[in-house]
Amino acid sequence: MADQERFADQAMEHMSSLYSAALRMTRNPADAEDLVQETYLKAYRGFGGFTEGTNLKAWLYRILTNTYINSYRAKQRRPDETDLDEVEDLYLYRRLGGLEAARAGRSAEDELMDLFSEAEVKTAVEELPENFRMAVLLADVEGFSYKEIAEILDIPIGTVMSRLHRGRKALEKLLYDFAVSHRLTEPQPDPAT
Amino acid sequence: MAPDDTSAKPQCEDALHELYHLLSGEIDDAKRAKITSHLDECAPCAEPYDFYAELRRCLQQRCQDTAPPELLARIEAAIHHEPH
Repeated sequence: MADQERFADQAMEHMSSLYSAALRMTRNPADAEDLVQETYLKAYRGFGGFTEGTNLKAWLYRILTNTYINSYRAKQRRPDETDLDEVEDLYLYRRLGGLEAARAGRSAEDELMDLFSEAEVKTAVEELPENFRMAVLLADVEGFSYKEIAEILDIPIGTVMSRLHRGRKALEKLLYDFAVSHRLTEPQPDPAT
Repeated sequence: MAPDDTSAKPQCEDALHELYHLLSGEIDDAKRAKITSHLDECAPCAEPYDFYAELRRCLQQRCQDTAPPELLARIEAAIHHEPH
């Protein structure tokens, strides 16, 4: 029957995207490969229950996250609620704001791309506490809507928003620490004061 | 930076409050129109919007990995062995 072909036709194009997300989750290429393979096998077995025309990518991500949570998150990490109270809105912008003038002629994008290497951006995402990491990964890297994320993670949309709020703050803080470690910017006192 | 000086204005406060929601495409058209027209005339608010839009692009570009080619072969073989 044509099921196998139809599945391959539609689902395989998402493999690199799923693999990237799996790497951010497991932080390990061998586990990421296993996780993606298991995701595709489960998806293939459940393909009959998938309604064509609905969001296949979101459906695959739901299987990916469930599989990760159930099988790969063996070592339950501490729910390290980093202290984010001192991280105000626009944290990174306010601290890096002086850079643009110092390096005139560059676009903001070039500047950020220069400032943070690929390894640093990946590390920053991977170091986020898990609940935050999943939300930030799905929203800001993969571009899913809040509603889709609520369905993928099976949590209320209000929880998605609060995890995103805190996760984005935590990410800005991690990125800022990298910027400081490059000495491309000096640590500055809290600009709000 | 400037947003501190202007945050007393309710339009600025509104625009900055919605920053991430707007960049995520999570606000309705009316609100989006109101905020974008504010950004057109308020540089201190437009600057952080540009910054966070670029940060988002940076995040997306930096977090792309390519699956190793043998993974596709592995998956196809595994699916092939599934009962039809």
